[in-house]
Amino acid sequence: MVPVSYYLILGGILFACGVAGFLIKRNLITIFMSIELMLNGVNLSFVAFAAQWQALSGQVFVFFVMVVAAAEAAVGLAIIIAVYRTRETLNVDQVNLLKL
Amino acid sequence: MLHLILFLAFGVVCVAGAVNLLVQRHPINSALSLVVVMGSLAAEYLLLGAEFVAAVQVIVYAGAVMVLFVFVIMLLNAGEEERTKGSRVAMIFGIPGMLVGSLLITWVLLEHSGTQSVAVGALPGPPKTLGWLLFHDYLLPFEVTSVLVLIAIIGAVVLAAPPESARRKD
Repeated sequence: MVPVSYYLILGGILFACGVAGFLIKRNLITIFMSIELMLNGVNLSFVAFAAQWQALSGQVFVFFVMVVAAAEAAVGLAIIIAVYRTRETLNVDQVNLLKL
Repeated sequence: MLHLILFLAFGVVCVAGAVNLLVQRHPINSALSLVVVMGSLAAEYLLLGAEFVAAVQVIVYAGAVMVLFVFVIMLLNAGEEERTKGSRVAMIFGIPGMLVGSLLITWVLLEHSGTQSVAVGALPGPPKTLGWLLFHDYLLPFEVTSVLVLIAIIGAVVLAAPPESARRKD
């Protein structure tokens, strides 16, 4: 038997790591990976709460989060390719205009 | 007891992968440590009984999404990131912020969330049950997501296609 709070703590630590990566990292792709890390931390909390309250809808919701994350990854990486094509860099300090 | 040992083992691997993602400077190393995080998270899902979610985690996240990431890293030939002034400021506030944030979350959860615990496989989520839920109770959200994925596909193709000027030369 493991307390539910342990799973929630693990999810929280993953989320905190994702936020820190989002702030620290200067590479566009790594920043994007930090966002995926945050989504994973939240997914773990969803599954833990589903187990606590014996509600399967939590797991269905995780499925939806994964679908949206996959769509987001596809669009985001396409945007990164478009940015790289015009700026020739992945450093976010040099990507300071929304205009292509 | 075994449950706790397995949880801690995979949890440590998970957090180590997440920290390694922050420490590594080459994006490909970060991507591979993210694969480690996602693989051990799938094991955590299995411990909670969510079989289908664990399988989807490995197939979609550790498989498809990460392959996409590695593919883009190789396509753009991304090198090591350089340390700049902005990132040093972010580091001064980011790392203590992360530590304070995780300690706060840990403290609040340990103090105030009660002592309810879950057994191994507390809530079995086999594909049959989840499929029934997905195609009956959640049919409308499911269909809306399919439209979203279609829009994402079209958007990705439009965004990643070479610009007009480059195409006219061919």
